[in-house]
Amino acid sequence: MARTLLDKVWEAHTVRTLPSGQTQLLIGLHLIHEVTTPQAFQMLKDAKLRVRMPERTFGTLDHIIPTTDQTRPYADPMAEDMAAHMYRNMKDFGLSLFDMSTGKQGIVHVIGPELGLTQPGMTIACGDSHTSTHGAVGAIAFGIGTTQVRDVLATQCLSMAKPKLRQVRVDGALAKGVYAKDVILAIIGTLGVKGGVGYAYEYAGDVIDRMTMEERLTVCNMSIEGGARFGYVNPDATTIEYLRGRPYVPAGAAFDRAANWWKTIATEPGAAFDDVARLDGAALEPVVTWGINPGMSVGVSQTIPKPESQPEPERPTFREALAHMGFEAGQAIKGAKIDVAFVGSCTNGRLSDLRVAAEVARKGKVAKHVRALIVPGSQQVAKAAEAEGLHEIFQAAGFQWRKAGCSMCLGMNDDKLQGREMSASSSNRNFIGRQGSPTGRTLLMSPAMVAAAALSGAVADVREILR
Amino acid sequence: MTLTTDFKRRQISGRGIPVTGNDIDTDRIIPARFLKAVTFEGMGEHAFEDAKKQNPEHPFAQAVYQGASVLVVGQNFGCGSSREHAPQALMRWGIRAIVGGSFGEIFFGNCVMLGIPCLVATQADLEWLQKAIGRSPQEPVVVDVDKQEARFGDRVIKATVPDGPRNQLVAGTWDSTAVLLEAGAAIEATAKKLPYVSGY
Ligand code: SF4
Repeated sequence: MARTLLDKVWEAHTVRTLPSGQTQLLIGLHLIHEVTTPQAFQMLKDAKLRVRMPERTFGTLDHIIPTTDQTRPYADPMAEDMAAHMYRNMKDFGLSLFDMSTGKQGIVHVIGPELGLTQPGMTIACGDSHTSTHGAVGAIAFGIGTTQVRDVLATQCLSMAKPKLRQVRVDGALAKGVYAKDVILAIIGTLGVKGGVGYAYEYAGDVIDRMTMEERLTVCNMSIEGGARFGYVNPDATTIEYLRGRPYVPAGAAFDRAANWWKTIATEPGAAFDDVARLDGAALEPVVTWGINPGMSVGVSQTIPKPESQPEPERPTFREALAHMGFEAGQAIKGAKIDVAFVGSCTNGRLSDLRVAAEVARKGKVAKHVRALIVPGSQQVAKAAEAEGLHEIFQAAGFQWRKAGCSMCLGMNDDKLQGREMSASSSNRNFIGRQGSPTGRTLLMSPAMVAAAALSGAVADVREILR
Repeated sequence: MTLTTDFKRRQISGRGIPVTGNDIDTDRIIPARFLKAVTFEGMGEHAFEDAKKQNPEHPFAQAVYQGASVLVVGQNFGCGSSREHAPQALMRWGIRAIVGGSFGEIFFGNCVMLGIPCLVATQADLEWLQKAIGRSPQEPVVVDVDKQEARFGDRVIKATVPDGPRNQLVAGTWDSTAVLLEAGAAIEATAKKLPYVSGY
């Protein structure tokens, strides 16, 4: 019987079936950051356990760090304390840390693929829900909680149930001004934020096949926003070329052997799925969220739907969203005034994202009332962008050029919304309070659309600017 | 740590607390600013902090629900961020079991790791239970993980947990490190068979 990538990777990493019926799954790559790990290390110390395979865990600093002055000690004593714990734990347990001095620091889901740590056929876990990002190279990658981080450190394993598999096919060709972010927002808008619960998503179809690796990373990143704990794209020629020459990828003849193995783990033709969902890529326009979860979105030319258009149990959440956002049902999303523009995050903080934002930024100046931030996803992204002069384009247009980190995606540093500020954001969550202000408001969109909104001072259609 | 601790989660009984609405994410349960800490201590005080501020009627703010231990929620509860701080905050506030329509998967897994069963009931039963608790907040809700039901007054509703986690909770093996370590050398043996571990 034809098998899927999920079948093959799951089987290769199965240590045994546990008495509970769950799988004891070996984790090939463990990534960690400063926010979800200090308690795990403490649990390890309390239980007098060591790290089972220290060479399979890598850490970075991303969530709490400032994006302005990164010299230590950090101005925020709590952030400094978390960083200090991270340094101490990594040293005590003999683990590698990509801090600022390495030139390789960045958002954990940006640096994994960038360094080639993330490879096809791996199981990857990280105490962070957007670990689904790494599925873009053909890995089974998912987020875990802190107690599970302890388990991976102590045993290199997790107790897991194999999910069902849904193939999500996007065919057709995307129109100009429509990007990977629009594709995934449209998928979530169609299947719903809980549509993926119990499923893994295999992304396929012409649109996905033609995507660059960075675009696939954007799509897989938001799998979790659709309820799917992980999503992946089968490894192909794009995957192999992306990985060639990366620091943690083997070179020479070993690379060819690796590439051959990667090809063998792809889903075989004729394999069966528990479900198949289809989306017409050609019908998509730029997407903007208007509500308080990533499924509440519309095309930029559309109006905000009425609660009555929803099934009964969804209506209260819908009304709450309208009230929080200060929107009326039936209102056009285009023209909604913004106060802040943020390009960055593990969804859209890579070089290709900054390039397209810069292409838009070139066309004008940031509106007077808008505070606009460009936060590269990693030190290497920042360096590459600076080498191309992107930072100068941004600065000339009135954007602030920051250092790498999670920044305003979750507002754990100084980069926060104030009060009810409305933000156009290239990140992945528009939950109430997400960007650091309990009453702050977030509109998710592609980096090109964020840049367009920054120039216009309101939600705009980037296709009109790029024309 | 005492050796007499009972890890078995067959049945949990306590007063209920209803939190209505779908898609309540973990940022809502515990905002990110409270994650700037190297321990989970004190998380309980901040459960639903901003939601309480914005809505003084929020159940977690109401005196009548203080001391409740069975949380009854809607669909997709605990979606979003993987932060274990969310179930930690609920647990430290006093929650011992959650009944809902569906759960964010990482949240569900985190709850299992803490020995908090999350049970799934139908929308109609949930609405009934939430209203019933609202009418008689002093009455206990009995959550029976083993029998997969919840009881309130003289009514019994179906409340399911998938086999794997249910077995872990009922047998008391949800604290998984010890169970995983039992695999011993099979862990290294599995790793060695992987080309990316042993060398391509
Ligand atoms: S950029 Fe945002 S979503 Fe991504 S890891 Fe950082 S905080 Fe999480």
